[in-house]
Amino acid sequence: MSKVLVLAEITNGAPAAATAEQLTAAAILGEPCAVVVGKDASKLAPALGKLGATTVYSAEVAGDELLVTPQVAALAAAARDSNASAVIVGSSPDAREAGARLAVRIGGAYQSDVIGLSKDGIVTQQAFGGAFTVTASGKGVQVISLREHSVEGSAPAAAGEVIKLDIASDSTPATKVLSREVATTASARPSLAAADIVVSGGRGLGSKEKFALMEELADTLGAALGASRAAVDAGYCEHNMQVGQTGTTVSPNLYIAVGISGAIQHLAGMQSSKTIVAINKDANSPIFDIADFGVVGDLFEVVPQFIEAVKARKNG
Amino acid sequence: MKIAVLIKQVPDTWSDRKIDAATKRVDRTKDQVVDEINEKAVEVGLQLKEAQGGEVTVVTMGPSGAIEAIRKTLAMGADDGIHIVDDSFGGSDAMQTSAALAAALKDKGFDLIIAGNESTDGRTAAVPAMLAERLGLSQLTFLRTLEVKDAIASGERMLPNGHAVVSASLPAVVSVTEQIAEARYPNFKGILAAKKKPVESLALSSLALEADRVGGANSWSVVETVTPKPPREGGTIIKDDGSAGKQLAEYLAKANLI
Ligand SMILES: Cc1cc2nc3c(=O)[nH]c(=O)nc-3n(C[C@H](O)[C@H](O)[C@H](O)COP(=O)(O)OP(=O)(O)OC[C@H]3O[C@@H](n4cnc5c(N)ncnc54)[C@H](O)[C@@H]3O)c2cc1C
Ligand SMILES: Nc1ncnc2c1ncn2[C@@H]1O[C@H](COP(=O)(O)O)[C@@H](O)[C@H]1O
Repeated sequence: MSKVLVLAEITNGAPAAATAEQLTAAAILGEPCAVVVGKDASKLAPALGKLGATTVYSAEVAGDELLVTPQVAALAAAARDSNASAVIVGSSPDAREAGARLAVRIGGAYQSDVIGLSKDGIVTQQAFGGAFTVTASGKGVQVISLREHSVEGSAPAAAGEVIKLDIASDSTPATKVLSREVATTASARPSLAAADIVVSGGRGLGSKEKFALMEELADTLGAALGASRAAVDAGYCEHNMQVGQTGTTVSPNLYIAVGISGAIQHLAGMQSSKTIVAINKDANSPIFDIADFGVVGDLFEVVPQFIEAVKARKNG
Repeated sequence: MKIAVLIKQVPDTWSDRKIDAATKRVDRTKDQVVDEINEKAVEVGLQLKEAQGGEVTVVTMGPSGAIEAIRKTLAMGADDGIHIVDDSFGGSDAMQTSAALAAALKDKGFDLIIAGNESTDGRTAAVPAMLAERLGLSQLTFLRTLEVKDAIASGERMLPNGHAVVSASLPAVVSVTEQIAEARYPNFKGILAAKKKPVESLALSSLALEADRVGGANSWSVVETVTPKPPREGGTIIKDDGSAGKQLAEYLAKANLI
């Protein structure tokens, strides 16, 4: 069976949930192996083995953090060593760009934003915000960027045997990462791409102060918090929270759109959500065309009552 | 400073965008506009030129109609254009697009190549990183701010949960996100001037690329099937009678969603 590499993502010293999913996807295509880059990279091998990695390629790096290029060097070295038939990376900018450069370096198709894959190597993608579903095959070593929530199940636990990579000789011109800052509002909540429930607020919220209602809603449901571009542009919230064509694409189990009209660019980023709820005072808003459950009403009355009802259920 | 800005003509997002069932390619026959993110990229290039001197060249690969995109950005104030145009490029994937752009840009001595972070039609967000890889340049991508000083570029890279501050020396490939700037509108004088600005047209024969490596027939990623989304079933819409919040909670609880 041919080997399939996964670029492991680490959060708080452990493999990210997305990495478990990527290893599951790798097991569909072949034998899952992980590639991990960072300080003390090989310490993660047992955890990655549990998630299905038979081999863990580890590249320890010291010194300044560099953007993307160490990951590309490690993946390229691991691909050479393992003769891998495919490589799976995540959906963050870091992961996507490592994948894109790798495809150039080792010669292969780069498949962006994949939402499904089959064992013959056919990937499923969406175009124009879900208006079209596309399947594609790839030549060379397929490099697949996998959207979160795309593959179910888990891979059988494996040995996670460590192979150390030496990428010190990589001379690619590098970009230094001087610092990383996590938005304070984002840190306590699940990330948009990974959340089971996403609640998004639009211009209908009316002001930054009133947008706090959305935070309360998100925290009541344990949801990620998103927004329309109009809400972001009006300064109600951070830009990273934008859902849509030029923001994050989400496909959670439940999406609740509050005070959002449902412009085509917003729909492009959320219409593949499994259940869609809309709250809007204008019955003609296009968001109702795609809603499974719509409430025509004033969000400032509906949402607080909804929050109370949810809390009552939890307590009772 | 010599600046290249990569612009792409895309189907207007307000139009009825389609993938042609027969060719399995994006229908580019009508409603073509400059991708909004690329107008912002041009704005960044123009502001750098105005502050520090230099020249801005707009570069696109696309069918003959893409000359409109070049003219529009020349009207904004870019100095000249490069149009990579050849029927054999049709159906290129990100790998091939980056190869064609790299072939056209290399040895031209650009200090800075500025792109959008992601196109609104392909949405691969891959071309800028691929270009950096092909040209052996450092990449400063997904920037919401950009500063260039003493041949060092730096800025804030947008991340899903925050941002990173990144820095590299020129020459470099930069990609920008929506937040970077508001694009200026071309004025009448600019539109007139644009007609006289030089645009170099590059066909396959003038690029160092082999014919059997370009275009849809030779792309790395091969579209197998294209299926339009079935219309979504109509949902339940209620008018708030004072109990909608409760009704919504009931609906979601029944569906095991909360
Ligand atoms: C190239 C391009 C890319 C874009 N990318 C994105 C993108 O990624 N994501 C995105 O979201 N948008 C994007 N847009 C913008 C998009 O076209 C819309 O402008 C935006 O989605 C509108 O946001 P909104 O629904 O919050 O605002 P509006 O359209 O102003 O809608 C506000 C809604 O709130 C309702 N409302 C007001 N008050 C109340 C109340 N008290 N109770 C209940 N309802 C109320 C109104 O009835 C209205 O329907 C893009 C646009 C372009 C041109
Ligand atoms: N055909 C093209 N011609 C010029 N620039 C392009 C082309 N395709 C992509 N780009 C640039 O790369 C960016 C990202 O595009 P993409 O990787 O397709 O999402 C775009 O915003 C452009 O700046």
